[in-house]
Amino acid sequence: MTCTEFLQILDDVIDESIAVETRTEIEAHLRKCGHCEVVLNTTRKTIEIFRCHEIYEVPTEVSERLHSAIMEKCKKAK
Amino acid sequence: MALVARVRAGDVAAYDTLVRKYERQIFRIAQHITQNREDAEDVMQDAFLKAYEKLDQFQGNSKFYTWLVRIAVNESLMRLRKRRTGKLVSMDEDVATEEGSVPRDFADWAPNPEQNYTQAELAEILRKTIQGLPQGFRVVFVLRDVEGLSTEETAETLGLSVPAVKSRLLRARLQLRERLTRYFGRKAPAILQAGATPSGDGAEA
Repeated sequence: MTCTEFLQILDDVIDESIAVETRTEIEAHLRKCGHCEVVLNTTRKTIEIFRCHEIYEVPTEVSERLHSAIMEKCKKAK
Repeated sequence: MALVARVRAGDVAAYDTLVRKYERQIFRIAQHITQNREDAEDVMQDAFLKAYEKLDQFQGNSKFYTWLVRIAVNESLMRLRKRRTGKLVSMDEDVATEEGSVPRDFADWAPNPEQNYTQAELAEILRKTIQGLPQGFRVVFVLRDVEGLSTEETAETLGLSVPAVKSRLLRARLQLRERLTRYFGRKAPAILQAGATPSGDGAEA
């Protein structure tokens, strides 16, 4: 497996939708290619960081205000 | 489906529960697309109101959440269009670029690199990083990786083909990884000064 081939299936590797036979090829490639190993690990970490950290915090009072406004409008709509 | 069925039968309290369940996600999606707090607040209200009014049109062959997200994405794009005084805004904007489709920086990251920053600093880094992505990549990444929609649901929501979603997702992930390496790479200076970014960010502004 080449680096280009690895990159083409990177998403499937991350999403763990890889056939068993391809998995062996991937593992062999990663053992000899430090760059692809870094790309795989840091891409996984990138996703994890974005998933686990709230970057647009909504203060509770804003959230409550918006919620009340929505429900108010819905009640009027019917 | 039980909650949706109850709302259809006229139970407004059931809709209150549905709004509570999804309001944070809808706000985040709207904020990611519009990149504006006020717009995101408006989009969130309009999307929930529209969903309530059009609930009869909800077919039930997709999840309620996916249907709601599609309304919120469309409302967000309309809001952007208004801000840009009618200029067409689409999911295809700026995606023709090949930039960032191949990794260039192979510096490994420190273990748990996010711990080198305060919560506020980290949020600022993540905001800057994701805001730099082309719109069509950013939305795919947010729906698929942050909000957890499947590839098929993301495609359906955005009116894109599954291969288009896959291609955009890969490039979004790679570009974000590349940008975060400037902050999290072992050789990168772990400093975030007010208003300053590591070298390289300026070129993409």
